[in-house]
Amino acid sequence: MPDVTTEPLSFQDLILTLHKYWGDQGCAILQPYDIEVGAGTLHPATVLRALGPRPWKAAYVQPSRRPGDGRYGENPNRLQHYYQYQVILKPNPEDLQALYLGSLEAIGIDPKLHDIRFVEDDWENPTVGAWGLGWEVWCDGMEVTQFTYFQGVGGIEVDVVSGELTYGLERLAMYVQGVDNVYDLRFNKDGLTYGEVFLENERQQSEANFHGYDVDGLKRRFEDMVAEVERFLAMTGPQGQALVLPAYDQVLKASHLFNLMDARGAIAVAERQSYIGRIRDLCKACATEWVEQERGRA
Amino acid sequence: MPQLLLELFSEEIPARMQAGAARDLERMATERLKAAGLTFEALTTFAGPRRLTLVVEGLPAATPDREEEIKGPKTSAPEQALEGFLRKTGLAREQLVERDGVLFAVVSEKGRATATLIPEMVERIVRDFPWPKSMRWGPRSPDSGSLRWVRPLKRIVCLFDGAVVPFDIDGIASGDMTEGHRFMGSGQPFAVKDFADYRAKLERDHVLLDASDRRLKILEAARAVCQARGLELVDDDGLLDEVAGLAEWPTPILGEMDPAFLDLPPEVVRLSMKVHQKYFAVSLPSQSGGSTAEGGEGGGRAQRLAPNFVVVANVAASDGGTALAAGNARVLSARLNDARFFWDEDRKVGFDVWAKKLEGVTFHAKLGTLAERVERIAALAREIAPLVGADADQAEQAARLAKADLASGMVGEFPELQGVMGGYYARLAPTPALQADPPHKGEGDGADLPPLDGEGGREADGWGDAVADAIRDHYKPQGPNDAVPTAPLTVAVALADKLDTLVGFFAIDEKPTGSKDPFALRRAALGVIRLVLENGVRAPMGSVSIYATSRAAEAADRLARSDDQWVRIMADLHGSVRTNLAGRLEKVLKGWNPYPDDGGSAHYAAVVQVQNVVADLLAFFADRLKVLLRDQGQRHDLVDAVFALGDDDLVRIVRRVEALGAFLETEDGENLLAGYKRASNILRAEAKKGPLPEGEPVALDGAPPEETALIAAVSKAGTEVDAALATEDFAAAMTALSHLRAPVDAFFTAVMVNSDVPAERDTRLKLLGQVRTVMGRVADFGKVGGRAFSPRGRRWLAERDG
Repeated sequence: MPDVTTEPLSFQDLILTLHKYWGDQGCAILQPYDIEVGAGTLHPATVLRALGPRPWKAAYVQPSRRPGDGRYGENPNRLQHYYQYQVILKPNPEDLQALYLGSLEAIGIDPKLHDIRFVEDDWENPTVGAWGLGWEVWCDGMEVTQFTYFQGVGGIEVDVVSGELTYGLERLAMYVQGVDNVYDLRFNKDGLTYGEVFLENERQQSEANFHGYDVDGLKRRFEDMVAEVERFLAMTGPQGQALVLPAYDQVLKASHLFNLMDARGAIAVAERQSYIGRIRDLCKACATEWVEQERGRA
Repeated sequence: MPQLLLELFSEEIPARMQAGAARDLERMATERLKAAGLTFEALTTFAGPRRLTLVVEGLPAATPDREEEIKGPKTSAPEQALEGFLRKTGLAREQLVERDGVLFAVVSEKGRATATLIPEMVERIVRDFPWPKSMRWGPRSPDSGSLRWVRPLKRIVCLFDGAVVPFDIDGIASGDMTEGHRFMGSGQPFAVKDFADYRAKLERDHVLLDASDRRLKILEAARAVCQARGLELVDDDGLLDEVAGLAEWPTPILGEMDPAFLDLPPEVVRLSMKVHQKYFAVSLPSQSGGSTAEGGEGGGRAQRLAPNFVVVANVAASDGGTALAAGNARVLSARLNDARFFWDEDRKVGFDVWAKKLEGVTFHAKLGTLAERVERIAALAREIAPLVGADADQAEQAARLAKADLASGMVGEFPELQGVMGGYYARLAPTPALQADPPHKGEGDGADLPPLDGEGGREADGWGDAVADAIRDHYKPQGPNDAVPTAPLTVAVALADKLDTLVGFFAIDEKPTGSKDPFALRRAALGVIRLVLENGVRAPMGSVSIYATSRAAEAADRLARSDDQWVRIMADLHGSVRTNLAGRLEKVLKGWNPYPDDGGSAHYAAVVQVQNVVADLLAFFADRLKVLLRDQGQRHDLVDAVFALGDDDLVRIVRRVEALGAFLETEDGENLLAGYKRASNILRAEAKKGPLPEGEPVALDGAPPEETALIAAVSKAGTEVDAALATEDFAAAMTALSHLRAPVDAFFTAVMVNSDVPAERDTRLKLLGQVRTVMGRVADFGKVGGRAFSPRGRRWLAERDG
């Protein structure tokens, strides 16, 4: 809840405010990646750019797909498709915490009125072999941001430490607008709600995620994608470099196919680790290749 | 005397690491000061969300001058040795001093100003600091030597005697500037002069330096905000420690929640608050005082939660905390809605589905699924039930239900609620959950098991309180301070659960080593011991363990090698053991011989394997029992002395140890022990010369009266000891032995054992042998006297081999 004198930001104004704020800090404002991912971190602008020695600053919105989290639009807090706001600063500036708090003030959260806390949470994403130290940032008991100093990606220790901020946009907006149901969020200043934009999508996608997708087809396509990763990594581009970027795209697709299979209940307990391990290995192969290329370009 | 003040100011340090960091800083600073030859009067450390602080009082301004004499080569030593020594000391030959043909160098070292020693000291502490996890950061992170800290280190205050000690660690220059509260402070760094100034300025800038001050403030203010509304704070020390590490200016605020959530089990509400939100629970005033904080002990239900919570904020908000409390309430409400979802869904799902699910959950790669483990526990609980006064059918049934909640949504969310949720769900279960058909019908059992859908205590409404209580409490006791269940049904399931864990991991050779005990087997063994002792359970642990082990080994081997013969043998073994579970161990084993002509074969190997596991397990119990009794003030060697008898009834063992301890404290006991040792020494020495004579000693004509007296006394004592042991009257057994003291003393004073007359020697050795044997029925007195414990378990294996 912002202070009472100004009207709370709409969902889209929240995004635009963050774009302005981080753009002013020198970040490239990118657009969402056009492949389904489970988290904003997986965008190549974070996972791959965190590797290698070259500096990098970017911010973007990324739709995140978590097929198993769908609730047919009936749960006020859970979605199978939602947005993350992702900021990566490499190397992390010394005053990253202050910059981050500045962004909260920019969207109307007064730290003298609300309880902002940095609570230990060492982030880890085993599927991409990434880990870091940091916090989840709480605002009045609600986790609004994941704040991480990347220490490794793709199983490789990073050359330069990046600071990564992942804002949960819906949560943050619900907080700022004082709304208890995500579908009641004001999307813009014109009376449009989040529900009018996304409720039907949640209903249909939930059904498809839980009951619709053809499991055999998913498995087949997963294997196809895995084969593609290996094929691209073996091919070379005009400068003789391995085709790591297309290869990584196929890793993302395989990862999403795995999530769909999981939501369909098609992954036995015993198989689970093996699938995750395969995706991690592919990711690691891409990361290893990419880091070599980046060191060469530096 | 000068003071040293050091502050390491960083981004937020994880709450759980702060206390350890304060201790590490204290230890490292003490070591470094000592190594530098610096004395001090007092050394104190503090840890908080953003800073580690060290203050050392009463340091000298400089180290004293030192003169040191270094021993060099002999004057007769070759020239090279001398040259080397001169190089090392940096002196010339004529500066050396000669004494008794040896050259000495006298090196004098001027004292150094303390301030000059501090930079290196601090750098070593910072660079070597043992954070559980540390990180690199920022533009310096590419350098391989860049500093690692728990989170980015921002500032270093280092003052000695009021002046800045200048140095630089990885680009961070020391100084006298620090910062206050992140949001409530002045917003500007400020300079400090010394510790008192530092502490006062921090407080002015809304930072409580000392964790115990923060704890106290939280507790007092939290109680006050509750009392103002006629409510009571539910104390929670662990949570208090954690929140004291999350706020520099902790400010408890009372929040409200929808009373409808109080329909949920109080454990669920409390855990949602604590785990996810770090809130304290609040209760309605207790009727007769004495609010217990932790539930579970059956008493948790007595306390009624209020529709409130206490959040410990890090700011005294400008609006008094209204917005903040409302925000927190909304988050909590979302959390409790999640919990309610699990609670509602779980009750729709129920035990049948969960039991099925457990078939797909691996307990341990070598020990099969949770469903298989449930089968073993159920069979074991059934066997244990009569030993603890529980109904066998009911025990099997409770055990079969006990692990089901591991597959429930709520326990998936809150693993701490295992058992507790099962208890609730069992009380509420609308339909019978047991399958008439157990998932795994072993070949060696099943046929003679009573039908599962029999009179198992099933009641119209839920599974009944006894079964529900057994499900809820079967994980207890979880630690040395946790209460031990006393309801017979619960005891049966609790013992079965822990024994299956123990024999399973022992069977696959995953025993605890040193500080490593990943499966908490020490806790499980202590749990078994306490369950047995505190309930006075008379159970032969060896037989029970053989039964359990053979079942676990069956599972382990089916997985390991799918060897049908092995499985059959194990099934035979536990099948035969269960017919004689109450019998003594040796008899049980002797009675089991299904393949009499098959010695040295698979069946023999199977027995050996099970025996080894059980032997190791009994030794492990002995070890744990020793720890327990030592904590209660008993001598550990007495446990050894009693365990050496091969008894496996823990209740009897402890009674015997207590009686033995009391006896050895008497003068008779002490003297008799000396006599025993003397007899043993003689026998051992004589045994080396040839086989000792065997048989009853018969007094020869003309034997000294002391000898005939002892022969009579031993014979009498033997009869009395046997009678006393038969009724387990160990005090009487000790009294019987005490009557031996005078005749033994007299015998050794008057009689020479090693007589030249062979018949005399023969009789006397027989007599001493008998003294040893009779005493040995009470305890192995050879182990009394502080000798190290040696695992006894292999002994009966050796006997069998021999």
